[in-house]
Amino acid sequence: MKIGLDIGSTTIKCVVLDQNEQIQYQTYQRHLSLIAEKTAGIIQEIRQRFPQCHDWQIAVSGSAGMGMANACGVPFIQEVYATKIAADRLAPGTDCIIELGGEDAKIIFLDGSLEARMNGTCAGGTGAFIDQMASLLNVSPEHINDLAAACEQLYTIPARCGVFAKSDVQPLLNQGAKKSDIAASILYAVVNQTIGGLAQGRPIKGNVLYLGGPLTFIPMLRESFDKVLKTGGTCPEHSLYYVCLGAAYLADQSCSLEDFLSRLSGYAAGSEWETLPPLFRDQAEYDAFVKRHEGADVPRGSLKDYQGPVYIGIDAGSTTIKAVVMGSDGSLLCTFYQGNTGNPVPLVRDFLMDLYRRRPDLWVAGCCVTGYGEDIIRHAFHADYGLVETSAHFTAAKAFMPDVDFIVDIGGQDMKCFHVSDGVIDNIYLNEACSSGCGSFLQTFANALGYDTEEFARLGLFARGAVDLGSRCTVFMNSSVKQAQKDGATVGDISAGLSVSVVKNAIYKVIRPSSLSQLGTHIVVQGGTFLNDAVLRAFEQELGVEVVRPAIAGLMGAYGCALYARRKALPQQKSTLSGPEELKAFRHQVKNVTCGLCNNHCHLTVNTFGDGGVYIGGNRCQRPVTKKEDTDNLNIYRFKQEYMKGLQPVPGRLGIRLGLPLGLNLWEMAPFWHGFFTELGFTVVLSPLSARETFLKGQATIPSDTVCFPAKLLHGHVAELVEAGVQAIYYPCMSFNFDEHLGDNHYNCPVVAYYPETIAANMHLPEGIQFINDYTGPHNPKEFPEKIRQTLIRYFGNRFSKNDVQRAARKAYAARDAFLSQIREEGQKIIRRAREAGKTIICLAGRPYHADPEINHGIDMLLTGLGLAVISEDCLSHLEKKFPVRVLNQWTYHSRLYAAAKYICTQRDMQLVQLISFGCGLDAITSDETRSILQQKGKIYTQIKIDEITNLGTIKVRLRSLLAALEQKEK
Amino acid sequence: MAELKYNKQGRLLFTKEMKKEYTILVPDMLPIHFNIMRHIFVNEGYKIELLDNAGEHIKQLGLKYTHNDICYPALLVTGQFLDALTSGQYDPHKVALIIMQTGGGCRASNYIHIIRKALERAGFSYVPVISFNLSGLESNPGFSLTPSIIRRMLAGVIYGDLLMLMSNQTRPYEVKKGQTDRLLEIWINHIGEQFKRKKGCSIKEMKQNFRDMIHAFAEICRKKTKKVKVGIVGEIYVKYASFANNSLEKFLAEQGCEVMVPGLLGFLMFKVDARVQDYKIYGGNFMVYMIAKKFLGYLEKIEKLFMDSINQFSDFVQLSSYQDTKPPVKGLIGLGNRMGEGWFLPAEMIELVIHGYENIICTQPFGCLPTHICGKGMVHKIKSMYPHSNIVPIDYDPGATRVNQENRIKLMLSVARENLCEV
Repeated sequence: MKIGLDIGSTTIKCVVLDQNEQIQYQTYQRHLSLIAEKTAGIIQEIRQRFPQCHDWQIAVSGSAGMGMANACGVPFIQEVYATKIAADRLAPGTDCIIELGGEDAKIIFLDGSLEARMNGTCAGGTGAFIDQMASLLNVSPEHINDLAAACEQLYTIPARCGVFAKSDVQPLLNQGAKKSDIAASILYAVVNQTIGGLAQGRPIKGNVLYLGGPLTFIPMLRESFDKVLKTGGTCPEHSLYYVCLGAAYLADQSCSLEDFLSRLSGYAAGSEWETLPPLFRDQAEYDAFVKRHEGADVPRGSLKDYQGPVYIGIDAGSTTIKAVVMGSDGSLLCTFYQGNTGNPVPLVRDFLMDLYRRRPDLWVAGCCVTGYGEDIIRHAFHADYGLVETSAHFTAAKAFMPDVDFIVDIGGQDMKCFHVSDGVIDNIYLNEACSSGCGSFLQTFANALGYDTEEFARLGLFARGAVDLGSRCTVFMNSSVKQAQKDGATVGDISAGLSVSVVKNAIYKVIRPSSLSQLGTHIVVQGGTFLNDAVLRAFEQELGVEVVRPAIAGLMGAYGCALYARRKALPQQKSTLSGPEELKAFRHQVKNVTCGLCNNHCHLTVNTFGDGGVYIGGNRCQRPVTKKEDTDNLNIYRFKQEYMKGLQPVPGRLGIRLGLPLGLNLWEMAPFWHGFFTELGFTVVLSPLSARETFLKGQATIPSDTVCFPAKLLHGHVAELVEAGVQAIYYPCMSFNFDEHLGDNHYNCPVVAYYPETIAANMHLPEGIQFINDYTGPHNPKEFPEKIRQTLIRYFGNRFSKNDVQRAARKAYAARDAFLSQIREEGQKIIRRAREAGKTIICLAGRPYHADPEINHGIDMLLTGLGLAVISEDCLSHLEKKFPVRVLNQWTYHSRLYAAAKYICTQRDMQLVQLISFGCGLDAITSDETRSILQQKGKIYTQIKIDEITNLGTIKVRLRSLLAALEQKEK
Repeated sequence: MAELKYNKQGRLLFTKEMKKEYTILVPDMLPIHFNIMRHIFVNEGYKIELLDNAGEHIKQLGLKYTHNDICYPALLVTGQFLDALTSGQYDPHKVALIIMQTGGGCRASNYIHIIRKALERAGFSYVPVISFNLSGLESNPGFSLTPSIIRRMLAGVIYGDLLMLMSNQTRPYEVKKGQTDRLLEIWINHIGEQFKRKKGCSIKEMKQNFRDMIHAFAEICRKKTKKVKVGIVGEIYVKYASFANNSLEKFLAEQGCEVMVPGLLGFLMFKVDARVQDYKIYGGNFMVYMIAKKFLGYLEKIEKLFMDSINQFSDFVQLSSYQDTKPPVKGLIGLGNRMGEGWFLPAEMIELVIHGYENIICTQPFGCLPTHICGKGMVHKIKSMYPHSNIVPIDYDPGATRVNQENRIKLMLSVARENLCEV
């Protein structure tokens, strides 16, 4: 008989076939990383079930099966190949297989040549992603299905990695969005990710087969695929077992079960991986460590006996709600710490009602709220104050260490670090959406391995072979853990390794100090994650210093709020916080509407409270709240958008509609080409500003899922030009940009320079549409006309004279000059008006294409909403001359960035915020240099990484922290 | 002891005194080539040492001292340098580092600055870093690439390419295990000895050496088994350096494959030709164009010598000449695409397919900008042009685990084996 084993990332599947290749036995179980043990159990079971059989043939497949197959001396069958073999036999005529597993996603094309696409190094969204999201919604993964069936509206959630999606889903939950809508959105996210990341231009059609756990157990996921693919795929019998069936079919070497089992036990024992020194050598060392940290605590009081005013601090965080009740003497009377089950409002209500029940006569003098849920809680319960998270934590940390110069806060999902000098926060580091290896990350792994967080941490304390997992994002970590499991690491080894990696993430990925001493010597660590002794120990070991961890590490945000409320409250003040009667009558209703006030069409969640109060979430600008248009338009981004909209088609004598896709460098070159081709007699059509649909229209043809988002959008723009009925699309390759004499060279970045090649090679345009992407060099005005004439002849015949082209070129250069000088003038106008109004000016610096509303996600409007004026780097760069930088200054757009940074150093009321697209390799170089230019002159550097993410919650925290820091600095 | 001198911009220079006292450390990207070329610099009075240190701790060092989103090769080289400086093997005050700077539009030209920043952070700001470039970027009084050195280096490149080509075609089939590698070592030493005596670089000497080499390798007794033939292309550092690609060639050998890795000469020609193409496309400096064209002509001459020798004395498979790789990419990608590996990367893929190496691994560092376009971006179209091609792009970075990479490669091999059976 034949045995096929499929060792996946989270499960083991096994089938036994008889001589007629009929299934005699099958099993599907989670292995919880005990791969060898579970496999042995299954083989034992098989041996008992089929005692009469002595001729066994075994083959192993699956992403975690390679090591075992080698160790046990049985053939290893690559899992995609196994799937194909099974499909050939069980479902002949299949054209395409979509298989989702625990951590893998695959599309296998069977028609024509076999082609398989597997999720790459960066694509995480799969079964594990759904699990993660389910735990965020506090439902079982299976329950997602029922929820999704009741969906009314979809939200945009990128499924690229769980961490990303989390930072989108959490604020939605906090704003009161419905779980059913979110559940459906999560499934659509998986669909979009699978198609966008894997299909890569190849259409999915014909007979589609759905395989693997998620697609088997979640019918709504299949339905979502059907809808998006406009097809009706089937989920066949044995859909979980295709891989092991394929392996079994191919098993052709005899192997006795006894031999297999004995080699398997050897496999479990022998292992090799990069190890770290243990966190603690022995119990004594641990005891001393515990004793040292016990010192940092605050006095406690009794709520029952306390007399006088109390101050309440509430921290409505991303995964937990924390609250403290503090007496006027600073003693803690009551604390509250609870997992946030998606909606913070009822939890806070329960907490307050309980508080009043215990002390009906309680005199609340002040209440302050911080965290993700700050706004909604403030509105719901009429708290007196709101405080940005960073300020809350700083206030709390000072209470433990007045001369603190560095604070590291690792919470459930976010990481905040700030550097303090002269009592002012002068540098803020927040984890970017890609690296939130935080508390929930440890929790997720602990749960996945079948432990609760505390026990998981304890197992790691004395682990001898802690796995070195590096310091990268969760998705990579999954694979590293997978590898370690494969090598036989124990749960303790993994636990210790994960704790170290959380610390390394914080230090090397978020803070990125040039040397560890730069972090300062007085360090306070806080946040729930540091209550984990393994993490705390790893942190001290990595830094080589002893730090202070308050006993209330998990409550510091709330504690800081309480301290703030005490400072702010006037003597005899009575808080505006809802009283017992109001709480009893409290009602909360959520309605989802789409805002129609502008083209952004934000999905708004409108929260209505029993007392008539309304709170609106999900808005990018203040219009739905104030019902007024933002009249004082100090925003260069808006200006650039309007300028592009103004480039309208002018009917030309040739009667040829020529399209320009408005993306990447076209954001600066569009006036040039519009002028050029219009003068030649073309009717020039620009694709409209990007919207979400733009991306979706083109995503199936994106070949590299790790290229920057602005580049990905180009596919959609070209698709929209096709829809607009153009006859030709002009999108030229340009190695060089204009020389503005600010740098050593004047290249475009490789992606900007050559992305037209990607479009040409991956998008199939309908017959009759010419795609023109020939190389061109407007940077050389002398030769440009003759060179471009050659291109024109190639596509449109010899109908333009040298003079025609010369004249068109003159128009083109004039149009570009006019555009650039208008940006500069407008910039100066904004600066002047901002100064008159006493506003701070933010240079939202990046590249010209960051003006695209879908790329910047309305951060410009967020800034103006906070009362700031917004300019961009190209408003300022011409005011500086070339100066030495410590990098090779060879890209035109980036030279502007350095020049703008230098100029800002001389302006007291200007600050720089750099926009960085995820995956922009050049910004690894430019961001460091820009930071150092600013910091040399004592300016705060703020960086915002943007991708498909559309929720601005985290970004708002950053910007508010920046403002708080500036305010403090002023004082 | 040599004094530390700085230029006007404050860059630490490699002085003539340093040339006498300092050891220059070179990251070993291509063991065969670099071992041969090392002797040229020894002959010129430099102390040169190749760095082949490897291991997980080097990646960690790199991560610690560079921006985490920087290209993987920059991170590895930085890690290697810092590891060497702290190893105790060298006196850090008597060591200089050298790194290639092509002056192209991709990030690679910034490696030198990344390394300098890292050195500063790690407390080694007194260690000079030499730019190895032919583009007139940074210069140093104690290090110059004279025409004579360049000429000899080219010879070294070609010997390296030839040895790499032949050994890859004999090793998988050799009857006597280890014969290829023994012969390889003999020849590396032999050419090195010639270089030490400033020999082996004239056309006549090269002809002679080519013939002897080819004869020697052609004589290796080979089994006539059918093996899966795999071509390796990609970003130049990850493609060649086994430390960067997790010993890809060794893995493929274990899987029973024959490997073809295109040589270094083609890449050099592509880089020189970029200047010629730029002039043709955009206009510009005529002198630069003429010099580049002339240099390219010289390279073509020795390329021809190399190719003719193989054809004349053996049946080793070789790819087309540089100029002949251009027609097949017409309509696929423009010759103006010159950053990173540019149009030459898909051209190499097509070359491999045409010459029977239709199974291709395209290696790229995670987030490598040019290969988004000229690597991954071209796979789809190449597959439609050559339906039997079997191409898999593989990403390399410090977080990517070998198990994932090998798994993807194994799938490609499963298909390759199936195709092999059908033929």
